Amino acid sequence: MPDTTPGSLRTLLRELPGVDEVGVHRRTADLATRSVKTTAKRAAIDLAIRMVDLTTLEGADTPGKVSALAGKAMRPDPADPTAPSVAALCVYPDMVPVAARALAGSGVELASVATGFPAGRTSLEVKLADTGAAVAAGATEIDMVIDRGAFLSGDYRKVFDEITAVKETCGQARLKVILETGELATYDNVRRASWLSLHAGADFIKTSTGKTAPAATLPVTLVMLEAVRDYHLATGRRAGVKPAGGIRTTKDAMRYLVMVKEVAGDGWLDPAWFRLGASTLLNDLLMQRAKLTTGHYAGPDYYTID
Amino acid sequence: MFEYAPAPESRSIVSIRPSYDLFIDGEFVEAKSDERIVTINPADEEPLAEVAAAGEADVDRAFTAARRAFERVWSPLPGAERGKYLFRIARIIQERARELAVLESLDNGKPIKETRDVDVPLAAAHFIYHAGWADKLAHAGFGPSPRPVGVAAQVIPWNFPLLMLAWKIAPALATGNTVVLKPAETTPLTALAFAEICQEAELPPGVVNILTGAGGTGRAVVAHPDADKVAFTGSTEVGREIARAVAGTGRRLTLELGGKGANIVYDDAAMDQAVEGIVSGIFFNQGHVCCAGSRLLVQESIAEELLAKLRTRISRLRLGDPLDKNTDIGAINSAAQLDRIRELAAAGEAEGASGWSPACPIPERGYWFPPTVFTGVTQAHRIAREEIFGPVLSVLTFRTPEEAVAKANNTPYGLSAGVWTEKGSRMLWTASRLRAGVVWSNTFNMFDPASPFGGYKESGYGREGGRHGLEAYLD
Repeated sequence: MPDTTPGSLRTLLRELPGVDEVGVHRRTADLATRSVKTTAKRAAIDLAIRMVDLTTLEGADTPGKVSALAGKAMRPDPADPTAPSVAALCVYPDMVPVAARALAGSGVELASVATGFPAGRTSLEVKLADTGAAVAAGATEIDMVIDRGAFLSGDYRKVFDEITAVKETCGQARLKVILETGELATYDNVRRASWLSLHAGADFIKTSTGKTAPAATLPVTLVMLEAVRDYHLATGRRAGVKPAGGIRTTKDAMRYLVMVKEVAGDGWLDPAWFRLGASTLLNDLLMQRAKLTTGHYAGPDYYTID
Repeated sequence: MFEYAPAPESRSIVSIRPSYDLFIDGEFVEAKSDERIVTINPADEEPLAEVAAAGEADVDRAFTAARRAFERVWSPLPGAERGKYLFRIARIIQERARELAVLESLDNGKPIKETRDVDVPLAAAHFIYHAGWADKLAHAGFGPSPRPVGVAAQVIPWNFPLLMLAWKIAPALATGNTVVLKPAETTPLTALAFAEICQEAELPPGVVNILTGAGGTGRAVVAHPDADKVAFTGSTEVGREIARAVAGTGRRLTLELGGKGANIVYDDAAMDQAVEGIVSGIFFNQGHVCCAGSRLLVQESIAEELLAKLRTRISRLRLGDPLDKNTDIGAINSAAQLDRIRELAAAGEAEGASGWSPACPIPERGYWFPPTVFTGVTQAHRIAREEIFGPVLSVLTFRTPEEAVAKANNTPYGLSAGVWTEKGSRMLWTASRLRAGVVWSNTFNMFDPASPFGGYKESGYGREGGRHGLEAYLD
């Protein structure tokens, strides 16, 4: 744990090396040329499925919809029992009891957004109560949002304190800290917010809520992967990364996995340390998976819509 | 976990003939000299094809054709018409991009991802750029009606065979000159493919003549009395020889020679991107790059951290089959070059520097050298002074900006340099003091046809590319 007085936090974050935007884009473009074919593709698709946080975060969510999605999370491809389960189901806090019943005993984690998701514009008491209720109802993972206003105004201490308080409330549940990188605007900010969250105890850093654009991008994920890699090197503690929002195709997913492999390293190629927050991605992964097995694409009606 | 499966680009897209003749006056003609050269694939040492080695009679024939084409066809042609031919050549290069990329990889040993993403697209870009100049030369700043020089004798190296051909031929043709070009002994195949492209584009006979061969052919080409202009890219040693041969003849000469580029990393640099820049600076094209960042000058206060990151990064480079789309480091171009790299690396160890390479499997056949980093290097070491032209980085440290600049400039060469800092004023201060033809700011090895390229001191003279590059071909 670093010295967390406001001045020291600021110094700590300002001492981080800058991020050169042009260089980040160049590296991202270079990694995107990696060719993942045949056996590599097969392995990567299954790994990607196992890394999916299958998500529904809509005002219109109902118990029926959440139960259906839980079924899909446990058995993504009804026609093919060899298709692995996803990593987690991600829902709003009030849907946690429904999801917990549906997922019981399946091994699929239950993630709940909390802390006044997505804007986080509420008091710390409410954020903690939100978190506590979700955990009590059976959430094994909490996806919190940081106070972007506080971060942008330079009040790093406030952001830090909120994360530590939420972390404490989480108890055994793993904490994912959503930076909402689309609102942080610069890669320097993404790097600072990543380190701030990691210092405050985040188990995962996550790009976005999916409610603002741009959501997850490859360059932002690159900067965050560098942060967890360097943090691990500096402290010995490993944390995960979760890009979320806008990842729709198998090709996108492959690019993320290539980036994890080459930037953070093979140690992060595990659902415990990398997740893909997505909903429609899963069907494309299943479609590509079936194509590798059968040699042809089945129509979209052979995959469930949820 | 997943590992990349082999992803080889198919070589069936190229058909290499067993034997090639010389390209003179728009046709492939049998050489009068009966000397032949075998070009091999450096990745497996298998022969690819046999090419002619042009003798003096062949060189004469090529210059006669070039002179005739210059006087009767090419120089009288309006610029706009010349431009159309260049555009057409560019288009055919783009259409045949995949074939050219595979052929270049096979003949040179460089990874397909580089030929596909750099060599071939940039070669096309050079023709497009210069096609645009062809009808605007009156506005290039060289007088109201600049005239072509005549017949250009051009000799190019093996490190970027097609790209260097484009750098030489595109400006010469755009400005109304005709060309006799000799590709490198070990990499003639894409130049011969380019000869076919000239035919396909219906370029008038004699405008481009391509003579394959070794050093003897090169000497005959640059010393030919009918050459009005000589352009050479290659080693400083051969450059000196050419300068002596051309001296006093009144012929124009541009030389693009060796380098020992410094990559200066200040303590406030964007470190992860600097690491990428260092890697692409020295390991791009196996370090067979005249403007490679072969000397890393890193500020002492961050040296340890930067080197740790660099080693991790280098450990993830993939060395192997140049045709595999995931290969980062291909084969060394020739046995002779491999010997040179080995000799200098051994000298590095013998002089007290310490070399490091990642554990990477080396193929059994072919010419390979693992990416290597030397630390504990001083200015006095041969590996800090001599051009290695291989994947070998020499690391030196500095304490102050003055020291960085002094060390960077302390070389007989002056082709390229890189500076990494997040502070704009320090960037400008440093760049303005570096004696190098190209200074990259927070990047390295970026090329664009609009940007002039060339050196100071023993790195040669004259510029290629951009408006400045036209000057060498205009009177």
